[in-house]
Amino acid sequence: MKFSVALAQISPTLGNLEKNMEKCARIIEQAIRDRIDLLVFPELTLTGYFIKDIVASVAITLDSPILQRLLDYSKRISIVIGAVEETPDFKFYNAAFYLEGGKILHIHRKVYLPTYGLFDEHRYLAAGNKIRAFDTRFGRVGILICEDLWHPTAVAITALDGAHYLIGISCSPGRGIEASDRLGSSITWERLNRTYAQVYSLYVLYCNRTGFEDGINFWGGSEIISPSGEQVIKALYIQEDFIHTTLNDRAIRRERIITPLIRDEQLHLTIQELERIYRERFED
Amino acid sequence: MNALKINTDLTRRILVEFIRNEVERVGFSNVVLGLSGGIDSAVSAFLAAEALSPEHVWAILMPYKSSSPQSIADAEEVVKSTGIHATLIEITPMIDAYFARYPDASRLRRGNKMARERMTILYDHSSLYRALVLGTSNKTELLLGYGTIFGDMASSINPIGDLYKTQIWQLAEGLGVPKRIIEKKPSADLWTGQTDEEELGFTYEDVDTLLYYMVDRRYSREELIDLGFKDTFVDRVRKMVVSSQYKRRLPVIAKVSYRTIDRDFRYARDWET
Repeated sequence: MKFSVALAQISPTLGNLEKNMEKCARIIEQAIRDRIDLLVFPELTLTGYFIKDIVASVAITLDSPILQRLLDYSKRISIVIGAVEETPDFKFYNAAFYLEGGKILHIHRKVYLPTYGLFDEHRYLAAGNKIRAFDTRFGRVGILICEDLWHPTAVAITALDGAHYLIGISCSPGRGIEASDRLGSSITWERLNRTYAQVYSLYVLYCNRTGFEDGINFWGGSEIISPSGEQVIKALYIQEDFIHTTLNDRAIRRERIITPLIRDEQLHLTIQELERIYRERFED
Repeated sequence: MNALKINTDLTRRILVEFIRNEVERVGFSNVVLGLSGGIDSAVSAFLAAEALSPEHVWAILMPYKSSSPQSIADAEEVVKSTGIHATLIEITPMIDAYFARYPDASRLRRGNKMARERMTILYDHSSLYRALVLGTSNKTELLLGYGTIFGDMASSINPIGDLYKTQIWQLAEGLGVPKRIIEKKPSADLWTGQTDEEELGFTYEDVDTLLYYMVDRRYSREELIDLGFKDTFVDRVRKMVVSSQYKRRLPVIAKVSYRTIDRDFRYARDWET
């Protein structure tokens, strides 16, 4: 099946939910006019990244009007958007919502919260404990958020759970200026995206943000990588951008005929060895 | 060993965006900076002119009577080649009036006082022009504490504080900073003939490479010595970094409440901007 997808590489305002929602609304309405089927926003779209003590005041619950507004839009366009989700037991998650047909089809709660170097997520947020692919009108999709994608195990689970489309959203800080014309962080991300797409024969839809927070730049460079590991489209570095293309699952089929890696996965062996490793190395 | 080589086009693009973003997000459109004739303030001026356009950049030249005339000439060259506004304010009367009370004051006290005099002038012009004060301290001097706290280290935003001196040189070439300014020996210009490298006792090239491995790559003392750095050099530089830590932090607040600024009251400075 063919469908059109867009990545909205935006720079949200730190801690201003209403302003960010208005910005998203304008982009969503334009995307609807442009007949986009699936629109992807970056991690923490509605809040900005270095939210620290702002977390509780920018969180949304499942009955919040902002989410209702997005759900209304989702009757006309499928949306992936990042926000802080507050649960009924008052936990706060770095979450990605997949909205379609007026319903929440899936919430991915970021599992791996980086808390080292310039990151401090686990200080402010709860960690998710599930990684699941799910069915959409385009086929099976998996969503991971930023650091999740630096754990190939998270990607493996998503792929083996049947995802044809791996949606990665991030707020990746640009760092590592060297002789190259790309930042160290973009080199690594671009390598990961291509590798995952190729070894799991799926589309990678990677949406990063731009802008600055306290001197830290987010480098943009959102992209879609085909199941053969080729770049389909690429957004600008450093500045806001909006890119779109048409995807077709026949490309996944072709790749899985040429290189049937997913077919040949020995899941039972993997589980057996992982259980052994867990027993031998991780159990107290 | 060329770990410090940077892509100057990419660096320039990030820093220009940084200035534009951090200035505009707080509702400003101007910056003011002290222009000494040295490379750091020249690079900051070039970046600001590109980010905001020259008519939004105000340079203040603040020589003391002992400042080298060449420094003023170099600063004027930067003004000419960027097209930014410039004002000349001699700080000699203020400094001399103060030190009339302390005729025996050391070079250190005088240098610090001059740096802070310049800071007050910049912040006064910040209000006058509705302009953010643009910092011009580089990573090398910030790490070594080779600057005056609340003096030249004071600013609102600093585009070059994460670049070592040797990287500033590369960036300056890319920006088209006048050759003379790039090639002359770095100097705080506090007294005639002063040069940074003579005063510090090592070259920027050596200390930048050491700092890069020590700070950025987290090499241990043993690993640094294995790389070929002398143990005395490693120890001396480490001590400079540690003992100047206070200059890089906000003043220490005695905690008595449940929520203390910057300790457990944590917000980004760019909060809601």
